Amino acid sequence: MTALEVRDLVVEYAQSRGKPFRAVEKLSFTLEAGRTLALVGESGSGKSSVLKALSRLVTPAGGQILLGGRDKVPAKEYRRAVQMVFQDPFASLNPSHSVDHHLRRPLLATGRARRGTEADTAVAELLRQVNLTPAADVARKRPHELSGGQRQRVAIARALAPAPDVLLADEPVSMLDVSIRLEILNLLDDLKRQRDLALLYVTHDLATARHFSSDIMVMYRGQVVERGPSDEVILNPKHPYTQLLAAAAPRTGATRAEVRAARQVRAAARSARDAERRETVVGDGCRFRPRCPFAMDVCATRPPEAALGGGHRVLCWLQSEGKAAA
Amino acid sequence: MIDTVAGLAADPSGSTAQDVVLRAENVHVEYDGERPTRAVRGVSFELRRGEVLGIAGESGCGKSTLAYAVTRMMKPPAQLTGGSVVFRDREGRETDLLALEGEELRAFRWNRLSMVFQSAMNALNPVTTVGRQFDDIYGAHRPEMTKSERAERTKALLEMVGIDAGRADGYPHELSGGMRQRVVIAMALALEPDVVIMDEPTTALDVVVQREILDEIERLREELGFSVIFITHDLGLLLEISDRLAVMYAGEIVEYAPAERLTDARHPYTQGLLRSFPDLVGERRELRGIPGSPPDLRGEVVGCAFADRCEYAFEPCRAVTPHLLDIAREGAAGWRAACHLNDPEHRSSVSDAEGPQS
Repeated sequence: MTALEVRDLVVEYAQSRGKPFRAVEKLSFTLEAGRTLALVGESGSGKSSVLKALSRLVTPAGGQILLGGRDKVPAKEYRRAVQMVFQDPFASLNPSHSVDHHLRRPLLATGRARRGTEADTAVAELLRQVNLTPAADVARKRPHELSGGQRQRVAIARALAPAPDVLLADEPVSMLDVSIRLEILNLLDDLKRQRDLALLYVTHDLATARHFSSDIMVMYRGQVVERGPSDEVILNPKHPYTQLLAAAAPRTGATRAEVRAARQVRAAARSARDAERRETVVGDGCRFRPRCPFAMDVCATRPPEAALGGGHRVLCWLQSEGKAAA
Repeated sequence: MIDTVAGLAADPSGSTAQDVVLRAENVHVEYDGERPTRAVRGVSFELRRGEVLGIAGESGCGKSTLAYAVTRMMKPPAQLTGGSVVFRDREGRETDLLALEGEELRAFRWNRLSMVFQSAMNALNPVTTVGRQFDDIYGAHRPEMTKSERAERTKALLEMVGIDAGRADGYPHELSGGMRQRVVIAMALALEPDVVIMDEPTTALDVVVQREILDEIERLREELGFSVIFITHDLGLLLEISDRLAVMYAGEIVEYAPAERLTDARHPYTQGLLRSFPDLVGERRELRGIPGSPPDLRGEVVGCAFADRCEYAFEPCRAVTPHLLDIAREGAAGWRAACHLNDPEHRSSVSDAEGPQS
C-alpha cells in the first residue's frame, strides 16, 4: 500500500540576487507501507531539502505530496502521520526534560492516550518497543544521563508515539558509535515490520543503504540519477555517479596491493579531469557532466530516463537507446 | 603491564631500533575528578619510519586522549600519570618528549610532529585568510624566511594537496569542507615533519571527498616519507590505509595486527567492530553490532574490560587481566592480542568450539 506519494516535487530557496536556487528538481517517488526506501547522495545533493519538504518544514515550490492518496492533507493530520528521526540525538532532545516528558507530550497532543495511567502505560510500552528497559528507570532520566544510542532510541520512541504511517530517518546513525549503529538500524527495521511503517532512510552510507532497504534512490544535485532495487543499484550500478560512490566506499576485503592499484587508477582518472570542476552547469544538460569520466557532447542536453527492467532506472545518456558514440 | 613493554622492545618482526621514529611505553593518562577517569591505561606502541599506524576503537576508548598525550597537548583535568614517549630523528638522536618544556617543546611541535584535527571547520581561523595562517606557521618556526619565500612555500603546499594556489588569498568559508581539510593537511606538512597524527581527518566528509583525501595522504606519504598515526572509529577505512593496526578498548590496546590480516582478528572486540560494517558488495547477512557499552573507567577494572560484552567470556575473563600475547601465526610477526582465548594457559579450559571462529 502506498503511504506517501511524491509527484514532481520542487524545492527552491530564495537568493539575495537572481533566480531562486533550485535544490530539488521535479522529484517523484512513493513510500510503501512496510518497506524502506533509501535516499543516498553527498552533501548538497538535496536529500535534506526533500526531507524538509516531506516533513513540511519548507513549502515546496511545486509538485504534490499525497498522504494516503490525498493531496493537501491538513497540517495536524499530516504531522501526526509523518514523523521524523533526526541525525543528532544530542541536539534533538530537550536537555531540561525527562524521557517521560518527551514521550508523554506527543501521546497527549495527538490524542493517542488520555492523561494519567493510560499515558503511563503508553510511555512504558513505547520504551519497551525500543528496548529501553527497565522502562520506569529510563523514563525518569534526562538526556544527559543517556548514551548516544539510548538517546536515539528515545528519539525513535518519540517519533512512534503519534502512531505514524511514515517515518523519515535523516542519517539516524551517522552520529552514533560504530558498535551501536547496526543495533539502531536493526531496531528501525523491526519496527517497520511490526508497525507496517513506510520508512525513508536518508544516508550517505551505501553499505547500510543496501542492507536495510528494499529500494535505493541516488540523488545528485537535486535530481535522482539512478533508482531501483537495492542490490541492482549497488551491485550493478549504471550511472557514473553511482559507480563513483560505490568505488569510494572502503573495501574491507582488499589486500594492500589491490588497494594501491585501485588508488593509481583513481589518481589517473582524476588528473585527466580538472580537480575542482564543480561549477554550475548552464542550461539543461546532465548535472554530473563536469565530473563524469564518460562525458560526451550529447550530455549538454537533458539526459533521458532509461528503464533497465525490474524498476531499475537511470538518468544517463549512456543507457539510452540512441546514444551517440562515446 | 610491564611484560607487554618488554615484549614490544624485542619486536620479532625484525624492525631494528633504527627505523622506529616514535616509541610510546606504558602511557597512562587520567582525567582528574572525584574519582579519576583512567582514560589511557598502559599503552605501548612503536611507529616505524614511513608507516601508517592505524588506531581504531569506539568513542571513549582513549584513542584521541592518547594522541593528545603523545603530542603533549593535554590540559587539566587530563594529566599524564606515567610512561614515556621517545622520538628518534633521522640521525638517530633520541628526544624524550615528556621531558620537553617551554621553548624546546614549542620548537618541537609542528617541526617534527604535527597533528591534523577532526573538524577542519574549527581548525582554521575564520576571520583571516588561508595564506596568513600559513604565515603564522613560518613566523613561529621559520622566522628567517622572507616574505617571498613564505608565499612561494604556501603556493607549493597548496598545489601539493590539489588546491589552486590563488586560494591562499581566500578565507576558509570560501572553501568546501574537503578543501578545508586539504588545507589543514598542507599546514601539517608545512615544515616537513617526521610524524603526522591524524585524528579522524575525514569523518565529517562525504565518501567521495573522503576517498580523494585518503588517496592524497597516501600519495604524499610515499613522496615525503613521513609516518602517520591515523585515528578513526572507521575500521573499514583503517584496514585499507594502514600498515599496522592497534585496536583500543577502554583505554588499552587489545589487539595489534598487520592491517592486511586483521580480517582474522583474534580479539572478540575487534571481530565485533569488523562485524559492525556491512560490506558493500558482500553477501546479505544478519547484521549486528556490539551490544552493551564500555566499562566505567573511574573504577578499578577487574579482569578483562570487555568481558561483560563478550559472547565468548569464560571464568578467567572476569578475574584475570589479559595481557597482549603474541599470536603465533605464519607471516604475521608482531601480531598480539589481549584475550584469554588465545592464551594456552586458559585456553585449555574451554572447548575449541566455543572460541571465535576465524
